[in-house]
Amino acid sequence: MLSIKNLHARVEDKPILKGVTLDVPAGEVHAIMGPNGAGKSTLSYVLSGRGGYEVTEGSASLNGEDLLALEPNERAAKGLFLSFQYPLEIPGVPALTFIRTALNAQRRARGEDEIAAPAFLKLAKEKAAALKIDFEMLKRGLNVGFSGGEKKRMEIFQMSMLSPKFLILDETDSGLDIDALKIVSEGVNALRSPERGMLVITHYQRLLDYIKPDKVHVLAAGRIVASGGPELALQLEAEGYDKYVSVAA
Amino acid sequence: MAAVKETVETVAALEKYEHGFTTDIAQEFAPKGLSEDIVRFISAKKDEPQWMLDWRLEAYRRWLELEEPTWAKVNFPKIDYQDSYYYAAPSTKEGPKSLDEVDPEILAVYAKLGIPLKEQEVLAGVEGAPRYAVDAVFDSVSVVTTFKKELAAVGVIFCSMSEAIREHPELVRQYLGSVVPTSDNYFACLNSAVFSDGSFVYIPPGVRCPMELSTYFRINAKDSGQFERTLIIADKGAYCSYLEGCTAPMRDENQLHAAVVELVLLDDAEIKYSTVQNWYPGDPETGKGGIYNFVTKRADCRGDRSKVSWTQVETGSAITWKYPSCVLRGEGSSGEFYSIAVTNGHQQADTGTKMIHLGANTKSRIVAKGISAGKSTSTYRGLVSAHPKAKGARNFTQCDSLLIGKTCAAHTVPYIEARNGQSVFEHEATTTRLSDDQLFYCQQRGLSQEEAVALLVNGFVKDVLQQLPMEFAVEAQKLVAISLEGSVG
Repeated sequence: MLSIKNLHARVEDKPILKGVTLDVPAGEVHAIMGPNGAGKSTLSYVLSGRGGYEVTEGSASLNGEDLLALEPNERAAKGLFLSFQYPLEIPGVPALTFIRTALNAQRRARGEDEIAAPAFLKLAKEKAAALKIDFEMLKRGLNVGFSGGEKKRMEIFQMSMLSPKFLILDETDSGLDIDALKIVSEGVNALRSPERGMLVITHYQRLLDYIKPDKVHVLAAGRIVASGGPELALQLEAEGYDKYVSVAA
Repeated sequence: MAAVKETVETVAALEKYEHGFTTDIAQEFAPKGLSEDIVRFISAKKDEPQWMLDWRLEAYRRWLELEEPTWAKVNFPKIDYQDSYYYAAPSTKEGPKSLDEVDPEILAVYAKLGIPLKEQEVLAGVEGAPRYAVDAVFDSVSVVTTFKKELAAVGVIFCSMSEAIREHPELVRQYLGSVVPTSDNYFACLNSAVFSDGSFVYIPPGVRCPMELSTYFRINAKDSGQFERTLIIADKGAYCSYLEGCTAPMRDENQLHAAVVELVLLDDAEIKYSTVQNWYPGDPETGKGGIYNFVTKRADCRGDRSKVSWTQVETGSAITWKYPSCVLRGEGSSGEFYSIAVTNGHQQADTGTKMIHLGANTKSRIVAKGISAGKSTSTYRGLVSAHPKAKGARNFTQCDSLLIGKTCAAHTVPYIEARNGQSVFEHEATTTRLSDDQLFYCQQRGLSQEEAVALLVNGFVKDVLQQLPMEFAVEAQKLVAISLEGSVG
């Protein structure tokens, strides 16, 4: 599914990723944990193709297809979805319009027919109910005036509407209270399937109580410095990242 | 959203300014330059009565004493008023009586622009689709006006200004210059001296105009100016919705368009006036050429409870200098101004409105959206004033600027004067940059960069687009996207 080999990337002249190698097979959920400044968000941006990040070495592919050669929207059409740590506000564009535009752009790129309005609305109603999102909220400007928790819920809603093949969750737990965390996690868990892979980037173990990972990796100073099972997350929670920071440095 | 997709396809299909073609037709010009003789020439060409000629000559003499205004935030080389043609018209013996007599070349121009001039074509359209009557002005003359008979049946007069001067002199004499006096400002004064054609509308008391009225202005001739004059009178309890559209060929020389539009509203009358302005903006790289759009538009709400609404989508012109205004004289009258001004390349726009509250309990609302890209400059300039008698006056103003890229500029210059203690004025303004973060967010969800810009800009201007008649809103949406083509990345 997702295969990253010796990935190096920099922002302007500053190297951030210094040789990341990682494989996430279909059906698995991998967590990436690490201290601030380790390069966690950079990894998610490089994979999704944000401007300003220069890949200097290495490769990243999804189902054998070179991700790095594609535009961000082409990567999305191939099934890559990034849930943002800080979702953006889009004034004047209702959430429903935004998602339908995105869904149809992806479908066109894949040579599929656009979704008809009634089918889209039916789907949106189902998914919104599952995430306890008030349908009226979907008629307002996307994320405009939404609380942190509402924005995260909206990310998961978009995710379930777009039905991507591979999900990257960047600090999805930040800014969520315990009730919102449960709802969001249920939404993510509902998307777990044998065909789908996930990369869950988080600072805290807490999220992993709800979204149980198959593997946990520690990213420090631009490299994966340790990998293990779910128990590694608990160990990190108890011991902190100090050990790994000194190893990486 | 289908509109976004369509917008993007339209943008992709168009390399540059879409309406930049020229048409070779036999034309008749006045000699180049401006003098009393030219004013006489124009008046004689139009077979005008003596009073009209006298009116023009007085305006011309006053214009000689006026100075060109310099307060707007626009820069351009000094205009040589002697280096332009003030009259250019397709050669015909007399004004065409019917569509069959119009030069096919000219009809082809309007067909190319997508303006329906054949009534049966409009009628043959989708059942229930809104119909609209068109007055087509080509350089200095109106070439044809459609649906005149059907409108006349309900008492609505819709014709060219030249015809109105001949056929309805009593109405023209009563109202012409009563909203924008000849010496109001430099460009209005010039217009009063040399105006060529434009539309005249009269809606009798209690009549709701049965269709949209529109005028389509086309500048074709080289080195010529266009000086249109439009006068709309809505009598007591009358209603009409009017739309004007404008295009011009791509030429390296700047051309002057100095129009005057006067709206008169009596008791309980309502006028909705919409403009989609797409004059040639000049070369996007060098800034060479383009139209100087120096326009005076004003509505006089004379009657109590009368209501006027200006909606403008300004995407064209090298320079725009334009402030559609409302004089709220009648008690309880109201004025609205909705504006989208898009500048790209080297365009400069200084535009806004004036809401003059004279009567008690008058209301006004301003929503202005400026979008600047490339090396362009966009300025909102607006005045809201309440006079001592305008007790209970209310205004709400919202000015939003969107910047695309790092080499453009946006300015907001609001003037607020309250001369009584019982007025409430609210002013809100924002300036935002179309952020790389927003673009990336949209792209991550599957939109291409062009689709992302179109979506974000549509969201920004939505409040104003909603004010336009449906079919023009779709046109305007496309036009905005086309004007911003290539502004990112």
